[in-house]
Amino acid sequence: MRRIEPAAVLGVMSREVANFRTFWRSTTFSSLIEPMVYLLAFGLGLGTTLVTQVDGIDYVEFVGTGMVATAVVFASALPAMFGTFVKHRFQRTYDAILAAPVDVEELVSGEMLWIGLRAGVFGTFPLLVTIGFGLEPVPGMLLVPFFAFVTALAFAGFGIAVAGSVAKIDQFNYVTTLVITPMFLLAGTFFPIDQLPEWAQVLSQLNPLHQLVVLVRDACFGFEPTDLLRLAGLVALVFAMWRLAVRQLTNRLID
Amino acid sequence: MAAIELEGVVKTFGPIRAVDGLDLSVPAGICLGLLGPNGAGKSTTMRLLTGQAIADRGRLRVLGYELPARSKDARARMGVVPQLDNLDIDVTVEENLAVFARLYRVPDIAAAVDRALALARLGDRRGDAVDELSGGMRRRLLIARGLVHRPRLVLLDEPTVGLDPQIRAEIWTLIEGLRAEGATILMSTHYIEEAERLADRVALMARGKVIASGRPGELIAEHAGRRTVEYYAPPQARAAVRRAAEAAGLGVRSAGPALVIVGSERAPAGLVPEEAITRPSSLEDVFVELTGEELE
Repeated sequence: MRRIEPAAVLGVMSREVANFRTFWRSTTFSSLIEPMVYLLAFGLGLGTTLVTQVDGIDYVEFVGTGMVATAVVFASALPAMFGTFVKHRFQRTYDAILAAPVDVEELVSGEMLWIGLRAGVFGTFPLLVTIGFGLEPVPGMLLVPFFAFVTALAFAGFGIAVAGSVAKIDQFNYVTTLVITPMFLLAGTFFPIDQLPEWAQVLSQLNPLHQLVVLVRDACFGFEPTDLLRLAGLVALVFAMWRLAVRQLTNRLID
Repeated sequence: MAAIELEGVVKTFGPIRAVDGLDLSVPAGICLGLLGPNGAGKSTTMRLLTGQAIADRGRLRVLGYELPARSKDARARMGVVPQLDNLDIDVTVEENLAVFARLYRVPDIAAAVDRALALARLGDRRGDAVDELSGGMRRRLLIARGLVHRPRLVLLDEPTVGLDPQIRAEIWTLIEGLRAEGATILMSTHYIEEAERLADRVALMARGKVIASGRPGELIAEHAGRRTVEYYAPPQARAAVRRAAEAAGLGVRSAGPALVIVGSERAPAGLVPEEAITRPSSLEDVFVELTGEELE
């Protein structure tokens, strides 16, 4: 493997930061308001009528903690897919970056790190909102941005790999419908998965979003020894997605 | 040492041989115009030089670095101005420059940005988003971005394509200044005038190969003589002159409603009709003489 130069990775990230400064307000607004809307709807809708508690947790707190995973996937996989495709195909940004002393590996690493950091921050917003709704703050919660960051790195790598593989932008629909939406619904955000059929439970264990949901809930309500295994699984996934993203984008960008 | 040396370079895309045995040497300190019609392989050559395309065969050296293995070292010392604008349009002028100063590992970012702003004459627009600039300003910024790290070698890919004449002249002045500073320039273009004005040497490219190269004046003298005649007349009159010119061994072609006779100073007395227009021969004439194809 070639040497990765931090200066190149930071340069790629600095371009993202410069662009982010032009649209951070709208992103921050929606990242804060969206979990509020969900919590109000589910809390007032389901929480006061059908379910009051799940696994001994208030339903609003159950959904609120689970929504960290929702925020993470929507702040990582989708920006990575669309952002990469647009920067490559429409803006030709990558042609300019790769003409500088930056290799595809450094480009992918910079993009993944920036999306990871951003989603790590925005991923904690649902947790902050849930605290506002009455969730008790505990020290374990300080690890939530880290869990969100790690998971976001994996989804960023996944999104970049997808963008490096599709021929047209509308093919993203297949990925969102067949991968993102089922993962999001079977993560255990809105209902516990232990009441699902066994095959769905097995699938959920393979779902990185479910692992994040469990890690976040355990950060709020008490860690279990298996959490280390879950984290290790996510870290392994990050590495796999990073290599896949580098490979797919190299095939796309270098003739 | 030559700044760029290509030997026997081949690059295919499926059945298409975009670059087909290309030999090219660009000595340090000159401006070489790579001239050819669309599809001649100019853009692929540019991508090979920046490591964004990998040659199937052949040897490539840029600033002494072997490609693709040492491509990154070469890119660090080379500036690239793309044909299509890929600036970040929502970001300010100075941030666009600062990002690339970082990508090129420039030690003093602020000084490099100031210098590039002065070069592009955009000092008073530094805080504006690129979106608010005119087409000419954007092109100047694009060039300044490629020069932000003071490269020894600059690749200009069709620097004035699609620009109106006034802006084109502005860009030529900018390139002229760069040349005066001693940078090596490889400029691809399909505009004859651009190549004749700016290039110390030109390489004519067709079907993935360099078919002729040298100083513009020498190439013209060698392949197209001093003067060329354009004869606008009814078809029958043109046909008669054409037969006579061909019999005299002169280069002849049709260009729309005109008959073109290349190297007309060598024509026997009385062959060229008095009403024909005489002009100096150009690289276009050289190109057509050598390939039978038009450039623009």
